[in-house]
Amino acid sequence: MTNVLYDVPGPRTRRLSLIFSIVGGTVIAAGLIAVVVFLAMPRLNAAGVAQPGIFDPSRWDILLDLALWRSIWRGLLATLQMAGVAAVLAIVIGILLSMARTARSAFIRVPATVVVEFLRGMPVLLMMLFILLVFSSGAFAAGVGALALYNGAVIGEALRAGIASLPKGQRESGLAVGLTPLQVRFSIEYPQAFRQMLPIIIAQLVVLLKDTSLAYIIGYQELLNIGLRQGPTTFGAKYLFTLFFVVWGVYLAVNLLLSWIARFVARRTAAGCGGGMQARRAARVVAQLGGAGMVGAREPLDVPGAASDFTSGYQPGAGGMSGPD
Amino acid sequence: MDVIIENLPRFVDAFLVTLRLLVVSGAGALVIGTFIAALRISPVPALRGFATVYTEILRNTPLTLVLFFCAFVLPQLGIRLDYILAATIGLTLYTSPFVAEAVRSGINGVPVGQAEAARAVGLRFGQTLGLIVLPQAIRMVVPPLINVLIALTKNTSVAAGFAVFELVAVSRQVIQLNGQATIPILVAVAAFYLVITVPLGQAANALERRVRVLR
Repeated sequence: MTNVLYDVPGPRTRRLSLIFSIVGGTVIAAGLIAVVVFLAMPRLNAAGVAQPGIFDPSRWDILLDLALWRSIWRGLLATLQMAGVAAVLAIVIGILLSMARTARSAFIRVPATVVVEFLRGMPVLLMMLFILLVFSSGAFAAGVGALALYNGAVIGEALRAGIASLPKGQRESGLAVGLTPLQVRFSIEYPQAFRQMLPIIIAQLVVLLKDTSLAYIIGYQELLNIGLRQGPTTFGAKYLFTLFFVVWGVYLAVNLLLSWIARFVARRTAAGCGGGMQARRAARVVAQLGGAGMVGAREPLDVPGAASDFTSGYQPGAGGMSGPD
Repeated sequence: MDVIIENLPRFVDAFLVTLRLLVVSGAGALVIGTFIAALRISPVPALRGFATVYTEILRNTPLTLVLFFCAFVLPQLGIRLDYILAATIGLTLYTSPFVAEAVRSGINGVPVGQAEAARAVGLRFGQTLGLIVLPQAIRMVVPPLINVLIALTKNTSVAAGFAVFELVAVSRQVIQLNGQATIPILVAVAAFYLVITVPLGQAANALERRVRVLR
């Protein structure tokens, strides 16, 4: 892409840019090396006993212990279980809420709006606590309930925006051929809205998966709890750092995989229906409705069609940096 | 109701802690996030790569894990912070990539034609950016940024799990002493959150209408 902000760089600018690149890279590398050196230093623990540095093999030998991986697997399963149940419920709640919010009768629409706004404005942890204490439901049900309600409200808004972005003719022609309004909803509007909003819904499911870690605070035995609370007591406190890295890695792997699927789906749907324009408009609506965990901030990138010629931003041409002077 | 009036000073204290977490980490995240966004659109590949990796990693890490690191892992490395400071740092770090993405998508959202036209009439790089692109980008960035702040307000509640006595943690304490009044206490706490989030949401809507770029 040719750059619009400045002229095609000449030899001097290219050299300058190369120098900046090297300097910047060196600074970043130096920072990383400093962190590594700091971590590798032996340190005194609270009792004044010297302990080996972070990279000492004695801190990492549990990676070969099968018991560790078994417990991590147990934690991951518990996390996925909560996320899975909550995701299904959230989509169901989302469909119901989006139907209520687009109802013709104000007696349904207005209360639904209030409920959605309330649910989106509450911290998920507070909702978990509410369900846990008021219904004394146990940690799993409290976590699933709160996650389903919160993400259901967000997904409902996404679906509503998706329906709103459909051309009016879709609904009208459905009614014209004699379908009932409910049939139009389910056989014409929802399939299209769902497809358009799929990337956003998947992005929201990443948020949901991350938020299952909140259940750790109300005492559910999931990945974080098993890995970082029970791990150090089982294997020894000196492994805390190692365990942190393992748990972090597992979370990153699962979330990045889901994000990657979202991006893949976004490309697929963009190619399939060619409705990039509408999806983008709907996505903007959702992004501005926001509050979606923090998913609002990322929308414009993960959406079909939004990946226009502009996603690469103001960057100089690819050859600008590496070309010989 | 009596329980709430009786414990009002505690709730107000807790509310101030929540507010402090929000303001300090919000300001920190705005600074770091803008800096990261600048790195991401910079012409230097090394900086751009660094910013991308930073954003991707932090965005895909649960907030609970970030706070756990700041509150319990850092002390193991010999960095001892008090818990409020640890939570503030954690929230700042977690929020910064979302700020960066909001800023970046705002800048990318300015149509190419605007910059091209500015270049065509002979404005230099600084002028193009300062007079044409940024003024439009800032307007588009403000509403998403407020949404990030609303999310941050809700996220401060996670600090309750890491020995910070903000609204949720204090409500838990009060409930332990007054089991019969669980629902009113939790509703009161919810109201405290709404006191922050509703005006922010209104401000976002109002600002959006005021500063919308008409094209």
